[in-house]
This record gives sequence, structure tokens and C-alpha cells, in this order.
Amino acid sequence: MNLPFTKHTLANGLDVLLHEDRACPIVAVNVWYHVGSKNERPGHTGFAHLFEHLMFEGSQHYDRGYFQPLQGAGATLNGSTNADRTNYWEVVPTGALELALWMESDRMGYLLPALTEAKFSNQRDVVLNERRQNYENRPYGLAPMALLAALFPPDHPYHWTTIGEIADLEAVGLDEVQAFFRRYYHPANASIALAGDFDSERALELVDAHFGEIERGEEVDPVRVDASLPGEKRIQFEDRVELPRLYLTWLTPAMFAEGDADLDLATDLLANGKTSRLYRRLVFDERLATDVSASQNSREMGGYAQVTATAAPGHTLGELERAILEEIARLSSDGPTEAEIERGRVQAESQFVFRLQTVGGFGGKSDQLNAYNTFIGDPGYFERDLERYEVVTAASLQQAVIRYLDPGRRVTLSIVPRGRASLAAPDSELAVVS
Amino acid sequence: MRVDRGRLPQPGPARAFAFPSIAKSTLPTGLGVWTVRHPQVPIVAFMLLVRRGAASDPPGKDGLAAVSADMLDEGSGDRSAIDMHEALARLGAQFDTDIGSDATVASVTVLSRFADRALSLLSEMVVRPALREEDFLRVRQLRLHRLTQIRDMPGAVADRAFLKLLYGAHPYGHSPIGSEAALAAMDIDDVRAFHERAIRPRVATLLAVGDCDHETIVRIAAESLGAWTGSGDGDVAPTEAFPQSAKLTVVPRPKAPQSELRIGQVSVGRDTPDYHALMVANTILGGQFVSRINLNLREDKGLTYGARTAFEFRRLPGPFVLQASVQTSGTARAIDESIGEIAGMRGVRPVTAEELSLGIAALTRGYARNFETADQIARAVMQLALYDLPDDYFEQFVPRVERVTVDEVARVMERHLDPTRLTTLVVGDIDAIGQEIGRLGLGDPVVLPPDAF
Repeated sequence: MNLPFTKHTLANGLDVLLHEDRACPIVAVNVWYHVGSKNERPGHTGFAHLFEHLMFEGSQHYDRGYFQPLQGAGATLNGSTNADRTNYWEVVPTGALELALWMESDRMGYLLPALTEAKFSNQRDVVLNERRQNYENRPYGLAPMALLAALFPPDHPYHWTTIGEIADLEAVGLDEVQAFFRRYYHPANASIALAGDFDSERALELVDAHFGEIERGEEVDPVRVDASLPGEKRIQFEDRVELPRLYLTWLTPAMFAEGDADLDLATDLLANGKTSRLYRRLVFDERLATDVSASQNSREMGGYAQVTATAAPGHTLGELERAILEEIARLSSDGPTEAEIERGRVQAESQFVFRLQTVGGFGGKSDQLNAYNTFIGDPGYFERDLERYEVVTAASLQQAVIRYLDPGRRVTLSIVPRGRASLAAPDSELAVVS
Repeated sequence: MRVDRGRLPQPGPARAFAFPSIAKSTLPTGLGVWTVRHPQVPIVAFMLLVRRGAASDPPGKDGLAAVSADMLDEGSGDRSAIDMHEALARLGAQFDTDIGSDATVASVTVLSRFADRALSLLSEMVVRPALREEDFLRVRQLRLHRLTQIRDMPGAVADRAFLKLLYGAHPYGHSPIGSEAALAAMDIDDVRAFHERAIRPRVATLLAVGDCDHETIVRIAAESLGAWTGSGDGDVAPTEAFPQSAKLTVVPRPKAPQSELRIGQVSVGRDTPDYHALMVANTILGGQFVSRINLNLREDKGLTYGARTAFEFRRLPGPFVLQASVQTSGTARAIDESIGEIAGMRGVRPVTAEELSLGIAALTRGYARNFETADQIARAVMQLALYDLPDDYFEQFVPRVERVTVDEVARVMERHLDPTRLTTLVVGDIDAIGQEIGRLGLGDPVVLPPDAF
């Protein structure tokens, strides 16, 4: 099982990754810029994401919106921003590859001449509505704000969410947009992957013809800030919810770092699916909770692991906390069973094969090539990535749990129904949520 | 070579594409077994479609079909619920059940080396589900908790209330999850009876897509599903009895920063000959980013993160729905603009030739991408089984859409969308918006308490 490709770097520094797959007459065009909300500063948050919106509003040589010609050619397209990177993709019929390259290159090279105050203020309104829809008006929607703010210190770039703070979004000006574009949106800070129905030699010519003329910008220095949690923080807030929910979080290794795969499998066996330890105990047997989940959220500079559970009516978050900590303590002292390790491996293998099914979109082959290239400089990391899961042992997983899921160094967040503070985990302070 | 920035490159012609060829067999029990060979990646996607869903809930038992579907993976024969999931997890399988008004679907995707074991687990679930009372009580309790939680989710509140406004007591008038009262009154015998009368091979099709061959799948299906028998009840009977709801209804959500909007009406079923023209019309009105509704509400006015419309085709007449979540201060304006756009399509602002060709191109040029993965193919083929569509449906889709004209779009909009009959629902802060939306000419808003549906 592998993901074959060729890699070329244009004279201006743009990495080009090509993967041919002629099964379906479509091509995925996928561009990553190595910039995310971690490149923002306090007081200026939400900016990388707001900028992503502006990339769809037209560029110098086609200033009538980004979607129209591509949707008219039968494309699907989208983009996304997270803490570490921003990506843009189109999946087009074979015959529209050139159109997609033209559009992507025009906005990489010539966005600013077309960027007006009117577009800017319209998309700011859209983003404020995105924030209302996905965070403020959604039950438990403000949890990420409270958790990240408690896990990372105020000057750490993971302290804020990618959607940003309202006050910052309202204060940002067009001049800041222009400076941001010049600094981060250029070939030497980007990577383009094509996957699908094309001939590599011809495709490389086309990429060079469209992107080769764009000037390289200044290298962007990697952001490196360490974080540590010296002790435990216990916070809570009230929300428009019916049932209280508990979040336990820990700082953990960065993506691809040692311990990352172990924690991925550890959080799976703890709370992913009906066979997991916490589901069986909390939902199936004791019925303290209505749901439970866990994940290792790996990021470029560091990760955080999270266990989330919602209390069943009549139960408090203190009860859930005790039970969850007991199960983590049991995993720390006894380690996983061989059956759990075997299950984790076959699930990892399946997930990797499932990911090879599609050339494009979020998580498709073009997106994976760009992820490996952007974060570790090696688009051919697919097999070694899978290998990380194959070498996990009961002992290595247990060690990672002991080291990282330390009950004495964590953030515990309770979200409780309005007026029901007594349901929160004990001794919690009011959380800062903005 | 240097690019010409003076004009956009014109897309080249579409490369010929062979749509999936479906091998079909029928077991003596009436179960259809359809397979598509798609060996690009070593996996197999199984879907078991049963053409009975939430519309088959008996009166007073809203939610029975969904809770019955939920019980399928709760063990079989001697296998406990946990045993069943252990067995699935050992295969690295992705398992899911899905329920709609017209269908119940159980699906499993696995590496192809596990295909036979996955199919036999899937078969156990439908042929010999344990349907134990203790499991039912737990599953029902979780569904009741879920109903409690979705009372705080404006989108879910809007969806449930809107079906009730459009359909009333009609079989489509409730969400699959049902209601607290109905769930509380159910017992395991209801589930057993539902399984007996609805989950039967005569109305089911097994689909297998991927790295597999037809004969082998048919053989395994005959072994593992052969003992599943019975015809079950007839299909849900059509009815034209739809309620006359107020034009404007509000479900209060005090201090909400946004209003969740639904605007629509009961429209037309999947079997309409106007299907392709309606798809084109909807693409132009609200089916994609560059549609009229989204360009107006989002890109021009910045009132929302996104707005869209859909004809939700079903076996019986399904709803046409516009949905958007808009900032509270812009609620009245968003409703006014939305209704204006819907009315405009068949009145003052008919579809232009340019819009028509864009809409047709959007639906046809990228059509092949819907057949890339095993899962996509299985879902596409499932539509044929669910809606009795012909085998050459995919081949005919593009040429049929390309024949749609401006006149045809006008005709089908006239026939299936009546702006004077639209129902508008808002889940939002009535104190902030009540006065303004009361002046829209839709009459005084009728207030529907959150616990009224």
C-alpha cells in the first residue's frame, strides 16, 4: 500500500506534487499555504481564517468571484483554515485542469489589486455570522475557546481559536490584510498537489506556466513556542444546554512526534466506539453518561488529548470525572490488552486504505501529499505514517499514557445548564470565554 | 510557455466515462443482490437497503422505525451487543445505520480480505437480531436523552417543527427520531413487530461495491441471508391531506444571536417527470454557492454564513426547503429577500439563458466525480433501488439535463412551487424580531412553544 508521486520545486520555491490516478476523469488541485492562526498575534486573532474568505472574492484578472467559472465547469471547491495551515482545493473534470490552475495562480499572484474595502467588510460580516452559527448559537459551542485559553498561556499561538475573537475581527483593517498577504501568500510558503487524471509531464508544464511567474516572497520562519501545564486547572461556565458536559484535556506531543500514535490509539481504546472502555463503563454498564468520546489532537507545535462526556440526567460531572480518571489509572497501571492493540492496528490499516479512495477534497490523496510535504518536508511519508501505528506496543502505549495523561497536569472544563453550577466538577472556577 | 491572463482558459471536452455496470440477482426470498466491481482500492462497501423507514411508523409510535434500526447492532442470537461490536472492530469495519422517511440502511465498509466475514455479521443483524428488552430500554433511554439535547440545537428544532407545519399527521410529518411521548410508550414488542412487518427481504436490496465479484457475493448472501424471509406490509399509502399552517411561525429562543430560518412547502415526489428540470431550477435558485439566494443573503448582504434550497425528493411528495441561519438583526430582511427570490424565479426575474447554461454545466460536467469511491457508487446505485429508476439512469442523466430549457424551468417552477403557499418558520429571539417580521405581510407570527412538537 502506498501513495506514489513525483515532487518538483519551481524556481520561485513552489513545491509541486503530482500523483496520477486515471480511474475517474477528474483532477484534484490542492494548494496549501503554511500559515494558520498560530501565525497571528494576541489582539489580532481570527485573521488567517478571515483571509481565507477573501481568497474567494476574485483577483486582478478575474474579479467576479472565484466560484462562478469553476462551478460552471463542473468543479467542487472549498478551503479551510486551522491553527497550522490554510488549504484550498478544487476537484475539476479532466478538461478543466487549466482553468483551476489559472484561478489558483491568479489569486496567489494577483489578489491585492482586486481587494476592496467593500469585499472586506462583507466577508467580515459573513465570518461573524459563521462564528454565531458554529460557536455562539450552538450548545457547548464555546468549549474550544475556554479549553485552549486554559491549556496554552496568553502569548502562545494556540491560546486562541482559529475563528478568532469578535473584538479582534471587528477591529481589523484592510492594511493588515495586505501585509498578511505579502508575508504568507507566496510560492515559497506554499505547496500545490495535483492528483487524478493527467499526464505528469504536461501537468508540470502547466503548473510552471501559471505559477512560475509569481515572485517568491521572504521565507517564513517556523513558529516555535513550547507549552507546559504545571498543575491542574478546573474551570466551568453555564450555557444554554440541557445536560452538563465534562472535558478533560492534557498537553501531548506534536503530530508525528514520539508518543503521538500511541496516544491516538490510547484515546481510541478509551472512548472510540461501543467496544471502548469508557463507553462500556459510562454509557453501557453504569449509565452515568449519554455519550463519551476521546481524541489526540495533534498539531505542528504540540498536541492536546481530550476526553469528553455528557452526563445522563440525575448525574453530576464529578461522578463522570471519577470514573474516567479510574479508567485512565487502570490503563496506566495495567496497560492495554493484546486484543486492544491488535484491534487498533487493523483499524489504523483500514483507515489508511479508506483514505486512498479519493483524489481530492478534505483528506483525499492530494490533501495528504500536501500535509506530509508541509509538515515534514516529505510527501512520501504515507507508508512511514502507517508504520508509526504498526510499531505501537502495549508497553509503548502504556508509557505514553503514564507520561501524558497525568491527572495532576490537566485542564478540566465543566459546561453546565444555566443555574445548575452544582452539577459542575467540584472546585471549578469561572472560565474565561471570549 | 506563459499564461495569457487576458481571458479564462475554456474547459476542454469531458472524457468518456463508463458508469458502473450493475450485476443483479434475486434470491428466492425476493432479496435483490446487486454488485458493482470497482477494484481500485482493496475494500468492499456493503449496503443493505430496506425500503421502509420512518414513514412506516404506526400512528402514535413516532420513532419506532429509527429505534428498531438502532437495535440491529445490539447483538444477535447468543452474541451480546458488545460481542457484535467487538467482532466488527476486529475487522476494522466502518459500520453505520441510517434511517430516512422511506428507507432503513445498514452499511459496512471493510478491507476486501474481510468481506465475507463483514457480510455475515451484517446478515446476522438483520436476520437474527436479538431484540432483547434490556438493550431496548438502554437504547430508548439514550434516544430520549438525545431528544432532550436537541431542544437546544436551533437547526434540529427548526427541522422538526418545520416538518410538523408542512405535513401535520402525514407519515412525513415527523423526524425519524420521533417524540418523547411516543418513545416512552413503546416497548420491545413494538420493535419485534416492526421488524417482522417492515424489515423483510421482499422490500430489500443488498448492494456490494468494490473489490469483489458478483458470483461470490451472491453465494455468500444466499448462505447468510437465505433464511431471512417474508414480505411484510405494503408501502405507505399516498395522501393529499396536508395541513393549512400559518404563513409565519416563530419558535422562541430568547437572546439567540441568530435566527434559524426554514421557508418552503410540500412539493413533489421523486417519480416526477420534472425531476431534471427541477434540479436545474434549484441549482440556480439555491443549490450551489453562486446561486441567487446565497449570492444575495451572504455575498451581497453578509447576513449569513450560507443559505441554500433543495427539493427533498422522496417516494411521496417531498418538501421544498430554503434554509439559513441569519443574524438576529437581519431576520426580517432575510425572510423578505428569500421569499422575493423564490417568487422572482417564476415572476419578475425569470431564469436567463446564461444562468441556465451555468446551472446545467454545474450538474453535468462534474457528474463523473460522483462515481469515484465504492461508497459513492453504492449510494448512487441505492437511489435506483429506492426510487425504481432504470438501469441506464446514470447514462441518461447528463443528456436529459442538457435538454432542459428556460421554458421548461419556468413551467416546472410554476407547477411545483407556489410563492403564495410558502410557510416560514423562525427559531429565534422573538422579542428582538417579532415587531419587524410582523410587518412582512405574512400576518402576525404564530408562536409555537418549543415543547409543542
